Amino acid sequence: MLPSRMTLSELQIGETGVIADVVGSDNVAARLLEMGLLPGETIEVIGRAPMGDPTEYSVVGYRISLRKVESARVQVDKAS
Amino acid sequence: MKQTPATVALIGNPNTGKSSLFNALCGSKARVGNYPGVTVEHKTGRMIPLANAELSAHAGSNRKPAKLDATGSNSQPSSGNDRFSHELGSREIDMVDLPGTYSLAARSADEAVSVDVLSGNMPGVRRPDAVVVIVDATNIERNLYLFSQVIELGLPTILVLNMWDRVEPTGITVDIPNLARGLGVPIVCTCASKRSGIDLLRLEIYRAVGALSPTVMPSPATPSTAQLQPAIPTPSEYASAGFPDAFRTEVESLGNWLRGAGVAVDSFQVQRLLIDDAAGLSHRVIPQALTKTFTEQLTSAKARLNDVGVSGPLFETRARYGWIKKKTSGLITRTNSPQKSNSDWIDRWLTHRWFGLLFFVAIMFLVFQSITLVASWPMAWIDDAQNWLGATVEGFLAPGPLRSLLVDGVIAGVGSVIIFLPQIAILFFFIAILEDCGYMSRAAFVMDKFMSSIGMSGKSFLPLMSSFACAIPGIMATRTIDNRKDRMVTLLVAPLMSCSARLPVYVLMVSAFVPDLRYAGGWLSLQGFVLFAMQSLGALVAIPVAWLLKRFFFQGETSTFIMELSSYKWPSWRVIVARVWERVLSFISRAGTLIFITSVLVWAAAYFPMSHATVNKSLTELEAMRLAPDSSAESIAQLEDSINRERSRLIEGSFLGVAGHTLEPIVKPLGWDGRIGIAVLASFPAREVIIATLGTIYALGGEATEEHDGLKSQMRAATWPDGSPVFTLATALSIMVFFALCAQCASTLMTIRRETNSWRWPIFSFVYMTTLAYLGAMLTYHLVKLWL
Repeated sequence: MLPSRMTLSELQIGETGVIADVVGSDNVAARLLEMGLLPGETIEVIGRAPMGDPTEYSVVGYRISLRKVESARVQVDKAS
Repeated sequence: MKQTPATVALIGNPNTGKSSLFNALCGSKARVGNYPGVTVEHKTGRMIPLANAELSAHAGSNRKPAKLDATGSNSQPSSGNDRFSHELGSREIDMVDLPGTYSLAARSADEAVSVDVLSGNMPGVRRPDAVVVIVDATNIERNLYLFSQVIELGLPTILVLNMWDRVEPTGITVDIPNLARGLGVPIVCTCASKRSGIDLLRLEIYRAVGALSPTVMPSPATPSTAQLQPAIPTPSEYASAGFPDAFRTEVESLGNWLRGAGVAVDSFQVQRLLIDDAAGLSHRVIPQALTKTFTEQLTSAKARLNDVGVSGPLFETRARYGWIKKKTSGLITRTNSPQKSNSDWIDRWLTHRWFGLLFFVAIMFLVFQSITLVASWPMAWIDDAQNWLGATVEGFLAPGPLRSLLVDGVIAGVGSVIIFLPQIAILFFFIAILEDCGYMSRAAFVMDKFMSSIGMSGKSFLPLMSSFACAIPGIMATRTIDNRKDRMVTLLVAPLMSCSARLPVYVLMVSAFVPDLRYAGGWLSLQGFVLFAMQSLGALVAIPVAWLLKRFFFQGETSTFIMELSSYKWPSWRVIVARVWERVLSFISRAGTLIFITSVLVWAAAYFPMSHATVNKSLTELEAMRLAPDSSAESIAQLEDSINRERSRLIEGSFLGVAGHTLEPIVKPLGWDGRIGIAVLASFPAREVIIATLGTIYALGGEATEEHDGLKSQMRAATWPDGSPVFTLATALSIMVFFALCAQCASTLMTIRRETNSWRWPIFSFVYMTTLAYLGAMLTYHLVKLWL
């Protein structure tokens, strides 16, 4: 399954991925994890802000906004 | 028997309706302050007691959620056979509203305060007897993360599923009795904005603090309530029981070591010390003498954990979410519902590339127009009322220091505070609507890219926009920014935005000293251009200032935009009214006193030490003349003229005037004379005062306005000792640039003091803005002189 491994920021609108890893152990990584972006969870790209950043995602039943720098920390396996 | 009040803490994620629940429990009489040393708001209130009649009406409805789960409908079960003999304790309940957080990890100030309050380490706050955890009923799983941490503090805990009315339309079903049994705590379903489920929650709160005798328990005929009885879960049921063994061993040994050294810590605190300690938990928990050995212990424990692969935040979140999954498995089901997709559909439009921006601009335009135009009517009434009150006092008191203190100091000073209330109320009215319906987070989402490119966040836009009307509501609105660094930068540049009080100064200077040249067939005027340039100057200067602040003062604190976008909903009027009321009250009570003291001090500086005997005598004469029917208009005018001349002499001789003259060498490089210096100095408490002061100094009395032709001609006629005019275009521009950049507003500085809970930042703002204003004015003066 490795070929479809990418960062969350590379996922396009409407695409869905399964979180594989959250990189790092700083506050940003901890916050992402606390907000439910855990390995194994499904995440969907809902839409982008008018200027292309941040992006709205759907995860564990709610909507969350992440900047590109933050979503780049999340590794996902793209669902086909 | 009267007992001491019990303390109950209320905690929950942001956007769960926590403040409406607090208001529903306590009414609007909350005390709001700050926790010592941090900017975190401290809100407490006394819970409105539950009447016995209400109790019997509601206690039976404990089964309502259970019923709802079974049938999927919201039908009210009959409670006719429930018999109670209630002995509701007379104990009063103090509710403590803790900041909205997603976690109890002690990383941010908000989280640290919550940990300290809940574990009894917060000075001045009793350790709570029970905790109410409020969660968004449509998003229980993620919300339970915080709950999983809270129950580990070992306090009786009640779980509130708020916004319960949205559960069914969103296509969610929750098996309440089994969830309550699994979590080991009572669950109450509420809809705080509609005040439903509140009495039942009160009942559970009394029960949790032991203020309800056991006989109140519903009869055994209601099996679901038996499962809802509070039972503090034991550590083996905690989510942290799923932590790696190595970690739990370290927690135990570090905890034993600390307790052996006489430090009272619970195992949750020890966990936090081991996992994260950015907010300085150890400084507050560990005594100074132990710090060094403790650090050694901690470092070696962390090293041992690292060796076995237990590091980073993942193991905690994984264990907690695993625990949540286990506890909710099969109990919460979701079907796709039209409401969720409606919210997504609205979102596609409101965050759309073009329409989203257009909508945002339209909303901001509406808000801005309202705080400038709509607020102008009540502001005029307040102004009239102030003048009427001043005139009334003047009618009762003879001219003298007391009358001057009351009219020029107290009434004018308090009036200068009250006049801002309409703008504050209107701005917070809009903020409350936008926040409650869910658009506020989208506005931040839409603007974030642009605002983060200039060192702030999407949430900074509205506060800065509002500051164009008045910096005070703008600064108060920075509370919506949860990132401390972004909030501080926004708060510190907000006073640079051109507020409405600067406009009269610009109008006066532009109309008097900028030539009325027209271009493009009369459609463009030079005066209009200068006015526009002055209005924009502050915002332009704010960009490099924000960058510098970020670069040198708030370095290293990562700015994040990890933000929940909650579903759209209709705003609740109760919530809006409560929020506006809370902001208005907090402005009056906190800023009001300080502004009042400042006004009185400035009044004293302008009044003393000169003798006002002559002017008081003339004033008495004048008032008598005005009442007498036979006095000629000419003699009245003559007397008024001499009074104004005398007043001008008095202000020049006052402490303020002397200071202004001493300042003359300092203001000379800006192209100003001593009289401008005095006027500017007198306008530091409130910048619009300069027009009245210039009027006084140029002997026109205090009633000058920006359209006063007499003042303009007097200013044009003013000369330096060598006969050259004082006011040139260069001087006028230099004054305007100074006003554009200077922190001449005591109310703003006091609001910064209140919002940052420290004197450091108002002093910083004052110094940086005044320096900027001085340099800007000097540069303008010399450039314009050179160029013309």
